[in-house]
Amino acid sequence: MSGIKSMEEKVVGVIAHVVMIILSVLAVAPFWLLVAGSLTENNVLTKSGYQFWPKQFSLEAYHYIIREWAQIGNAYAITIIVTVAGTICSLILVSMASYALAQNDIPGIRIVFLLILITMLFNGGVVSSYIIYTNVVNVKNTIFALLMPNLLLNGFNVILVRNYMQHSIPGELGEAAEIDGAGPFKIYLRIILPLSKPIMATVGLLTAVSYWNDWTNGLYYITDSKLYSIQLLLNQMNNNVQYLASHSELAGAGQNLPGISMRMAIAVVGILPIIILYPFFQKYFEKGITMGAVKG
Amino acid sequence: MGKAKINKKHIRLKKIIPIYLMLLPAMIYFFINNYLPMYGITIAFRKLNYKTGILNSPFNGFDNFRFLFASGNLGPIVRNTILYNLAFMVIGTIFPITVAILFNELRGKIAKKFYQTVLLLPYLISMVIVSYLVFAFLSADTGFLNKSIIEPLTGNTISFYQEKKYWPFILVFVQQWKSIGFGMVLYLSTILGISNEYYEAARVDGATKWQQIKCITLPFLKPTVITMTILSISKICSSDFGLFYQVPKNSGTLYSVTQTIDTYVYNALMNQNNIAMSSAASVLQAIIGLVLVLVCNGVIRKISKENAIF
Repeated sequence: MSGIKSMEEKVVGVIAHVVMIILSVLAVAPFWLLVAGSLTENNVLTKSGYQFWPKQFSLEAYHYIIREWAQIGNAYAITIIVTVAGTICSLILVSMASYALAQNDIPGIRIVFLLILITMLFNGGVVSSYIIYTNVVNVKNTIFALLMPNLLLNGFNVILVRNYMQHSIPGELGEAAEIDGAGPFKIYLRIILPLSKPIMATVGLLTAVSYWNDWTNGLYYITDSKLYSIQLLLNQMNNNVQYLASHSELAGAGQNLPGISMRMAIAVVGILPIIILYPFFQKYFEKGITMGAVKG
Repeated sequence: MGKAKINKKHIRLKKIIPIYLMLLPAMIYFFINNYLPMYGITIAFRKLNYKTGILNSPFNGFDNFRFLFASGNLGPIVRNTILYNLAFMVIGTIFPITVAILFNELRGKIAKKFYQTVLLLPYLISMVIVSYLVFAFLSADTGFLNKSIIEPLTGNTISFYQEKKYWPFILVFVQQWKSIGFGMVLYLSTILGISNEYYEAARVDGATKWQQIKCITLPFLKPTVITMTILSISKICSSDFGLFYQVPKNSGTLYSVTQTIDTYVYNALMNQNNIAMSSAASVLQAIIGLVLVLVCNGVIRKISKENAIF
């Protein structure tokens, strides 16, 4: 009996491994192809296409990045500034608001909570956001266009942090400090914030990744190439290549465009920090997924 | 007595004011980012007049919506949005659950950690990068599929970015490729929460693996599946703008199978400068979205109260 069962378990185990290996290969292969493309001599790549092993190995594309660092480095700096500043601002706003919302005994706090809940259920749509951000709060072609629209704060994160502060931090800690004469801000700064580190790490990480990967805000609000982030630069190169392809009379202008392998190298540089840092923040990232799933 | 009362009130004010001050920055943000655009909905009911400014243009009732319906654009984009979402819903339930169940059968910590890390990788990458990855496979002149597989075998190449018939499959594949790690982690967290006693009891009774999955794992996953499905239904009129804009490279020849409400709104607003139609479409989407969220949340409350959003 038990012999049959262990046999069955072995078969299931083998099937599981086979499926996982296939899926892993599918997940990694495109990245491999991208890196291999960036390491291939550009003319060879244009002629014989993307290969999983470079037909003619070349670091030309990365030399190009170094040569053009004025532009690429600038985009990189914009991405880093926006990610760091956005995440820090977001965490300050989220934690202060969440702490305040966790004080159920304050009159009117439930109404404020409701106002935040409404933002999760209903929005004015892309067009009215665009009109407001270009006509009322004029962010067009400023760094605020990359920081403010949609990414800085969302009701979901506020509720996530508030729930943590309410349920995972003992209320007595705050009460004791209050009796000792500490004001709300002091309690927030000295007691609540240090104890909220795990949830702040998770929320901060999700925010940082969405800032790093964002290109839609730039698409709507940025035309000044000095404010291009890495993602926006990659998007813009795509558009330029397509534009030239559909306007054959401009064929000569294409020479100013980076070749395929150069574009691939910029894409590699764009995802490198995420891939390097990913193993360190994976734990918080997975936590974020399962928490987000419960209340999506 | 009186003095004590005043004192208490004073203390409460000393707490109330700082609390509201701490809320202020977040509320200012929500006002700008969320509440002003709600007012901006009125744009959909105005006849655009640049002299008075967009937000002060005269009202014209439902004219913009009439233009939108009369243009004949609405049918295909609504159809695409809903059909893609239905496909994502069905495949996006069956596939991650299968993978999560198989993953749960794995022994060995290192292997598990490795697979999980690798499968989550695509989820971390922006859609711009995804479009580069897809292009590396599909490009007519340089794509791996064309140059290394299709051309050597058949002597021809396929212009994927010109041919509509492939795109429903490509988009569903890319969407699953990007989100399988997310789905797996999500369902796995439910599976890991199932007490081992059920499986032990089943094994004592001689249940096979398949019977254990069918009679223990799947029933336990049911609440998560129901919640996720209802959540997706509530979002059936919205689509991942990045997926439908970046991956087909906003190629005009593909619009009839790739354009969704979100990409239509973007193109109408930014490329055709057609504020009337794009605002009508985006308001329509927001209102249907609200109705669906309310209905779906009501249903979740009935089924499992703790999973309701509000």
